[in-house]
Amino acid sequence: MTIMNVKVTFWRVLFVVIMIVGLYSTYVRYLHGLGAVSNMNDQFPWGLWIGFDCLCGIMLAAGGFCITGAVYIFHVERLHCIVRPTILTAFLGYLLFIVGLLFDLGRPWFIWHQMIYINLHSVMFEVGTCVMVYTTVLLLEFVPNVLERFNLVGPIRWVKKIYPVLVCLGILLSTLHQSSLGSLFLIFPEKMHAFWYTPALPFFFFLSAIACGLAMTIFESTLSSRVFGRGLERSVITELGGALYVVLWVIALLRVQDYMHRKVYMDIFKPSYESYFLWAELTLAFVIPLFMLSFKKVRTNSNLLYIASLSTLLGFVTNRLNVAMTSMETWVGHHYLPSFTEVSITLMICAMGFFLFNMAVRFLPIFEDEHAAAHVEPAIQIGEVPQHSLVN
Amino acid sequence: MSKGILYDATLCIGCKQCESACAQQNELPYDEKVAAESVQTDHKFTTVLTKDDKFMRRLCQHCEHPACASACPVGAFHKTADGPVVYDVWKCIGCRYCMMACAFSQPKYEWGKLNPRVRKCIMCPDRVSAGKATACAEACPTGATKFGDHDALIAEAKDRIKQNPANYVDHIYGLNEVGGTSVLLLSAIPFEQFGLPKIDRVGDVALPEYTGRVMNLMPDFIPLWGLVLGGVYWVTNRRKEVEEVEAEEKAMRGGK
Repeated sequence: MTIMNVKVTFWRVLFVVIMIVGLYSTYVRYLHGLGAVSNMNDQFPWGLWIGFDCLCGIMLAAGGFCITGAVYIFHVERLHCIVRPTILTAFLGYLLFIVGLLFDLGRPWFIWHQMIYINLHSVMFEVGTCVMVYTTVLLLEFVPNVLERFNLVGPIRWVKKIYPVLVCLGILLSTLHQSSLGSLFLIFPEKMHAFWYTPALPFFFFLSAIACGLAMTIFESTLSSRVFGRGLERSVITELGGALYVVLWVIALLRVQDYMHRKVYMDIFKPSYESYFLWAELTLAFVIPLFMLSFKKVRTNSNLLYIASLSTLLGFVTNRLNVAMTSMETWVGHHYLPSFTEVSITLMICAMGFFLFNMAVRFLPIFEDEHAAAHVEPAIQIGEVPQHSLVN
Repeated sequence: MSKGILYDATLCIGCKQCESACAQQNELPYDEKVAAESVQTDHKFTTVLTKDDKFMRRLCQHCEHPACASACPVGAFHKTADGPVVYDVWKCIGCRYCMMACAFSQPKYEWGKLNPRVRKCIMCPDRVSAGKATACAEACPTGATKFGDHDALIAEAKDRIKQNPANYVDHIYGLNEVGGTSVLLLSAIPFEQFGLPKIDRVGDVALPEYTGRVMNLMPDFIPLWGLVLGGVYWVTNRRKEVEEVEAEEKAMRGGK
């Protein structure tokens, strides 16, 4: 079926539905306030938008600093072919984080106060500043795609010259704010359940960002190879799978050590509301992917590797939601469940991510191996409608 | 001289004069309906709780080292020399980290408004700096809420427990909790029965210390990590350059 020359597919219909519902919720958010749109209240001042859009959004965008670091700082040249899509994912991730923040902040119109009223003791200030600067760095890392598209050779040379500085700065800033997202929670030890409150939270947040950066790169490479019908760099994702395996082991062992050190390991096996959530998290983040990735057959099979990386991503998303929400429920004394409108805005932001990724891939030389001739002629003529779906 | 409030639950008769005075001072609505509310909200900064024939007043504790002030990215909270922890609404961006950080869940939010503020007891800073007692202390008919010099109040609280040990739980809530607070509470029954955080759960460490430990590492960590990254880049880049030159030389020698 086609309407006005646009082929109607399942994903496009879903996209339109999500956008319409999301726009309705946006209307409620900005005309009736946070109370009307969300289930947040004085007991749960942080909800899904901080838990998912911010904590998880930043974590899932960590591939940018992992891959650029490996390629430009450690000169692992074989990963070069995935740098551009990874930077695109990271750049979109941070942009959408800012969009999410504009929904969540009570007074988003004063977001710039961050730059003039400085509180150096505040972890939130550090996170905000790092994210702000890093988004600029990502923009500069991303902009060669656009310049190339319009054959602007001069500025590309300029960006190339400062590229190592950008990458170093990117890693430095990422180390700071990825770990500081965990430090945010250090100030209320009394409120959080012992499963998730640990002085090592900043380390775990940083390490889980690396794991998710790798998993997200595998996920995104595999998915885009399918959607855009392009070749998959099998050897590259196999290598990433191996790296993910090592990182997951490191995190798993440190988690065990942390639980032993704080003597809460026996509680893990006692059934309780918190331990169910912990089991879900540990199973998805460690048990399944570590089991799968230990087989070479899995690491060399793109379908199985895709499943392993998806499980890792879901596991660490569960982990961050647990830190941000589940761990506080006993203290507060009641449960928090996001409202329908809250969820719809999160979905809208995710859908925008998929849409923008798709648009960028269609109009910019993101997959450089296929568009090596971009300097000579634009790879895709504007107006030409590719056969693959609009969204996803 | 730092000021403080001593609330002695054994003297309280539950008349809620403090609630009404607080509402008047802060220009908040107060009627029978509000008086019946037992939770603090954006329109009720203090509340008198009842359990059987016992009472307990909840209000901002005005910590010596306020977690809200440490957490706020734009420094919208600060503790004045007189003792009150005050809020500058014009700085606030609405991140609500203060609400998360507060161990006593005191900052409340105007969830229904489009330009919402954080609301909490600010210990009448204008009255205090003018040398007057807070509105609640002035209104209290029995002296259950007493305003005065912080140190004198601590001494008095200790004395009251010593004089009548049978009447009190042997603990001054706020003397050491989260590193000490300007508001001190005395009660005949355990404080957690009124929803105050358990004494052993909040501990005596000033909350900003937990994040401070990490933040204090930053001035050393940033240049060090930057140097390491730059160093690794220099080494790997140099190796690449040498490899290229060697390959070129080899090719030239091979060509001869």
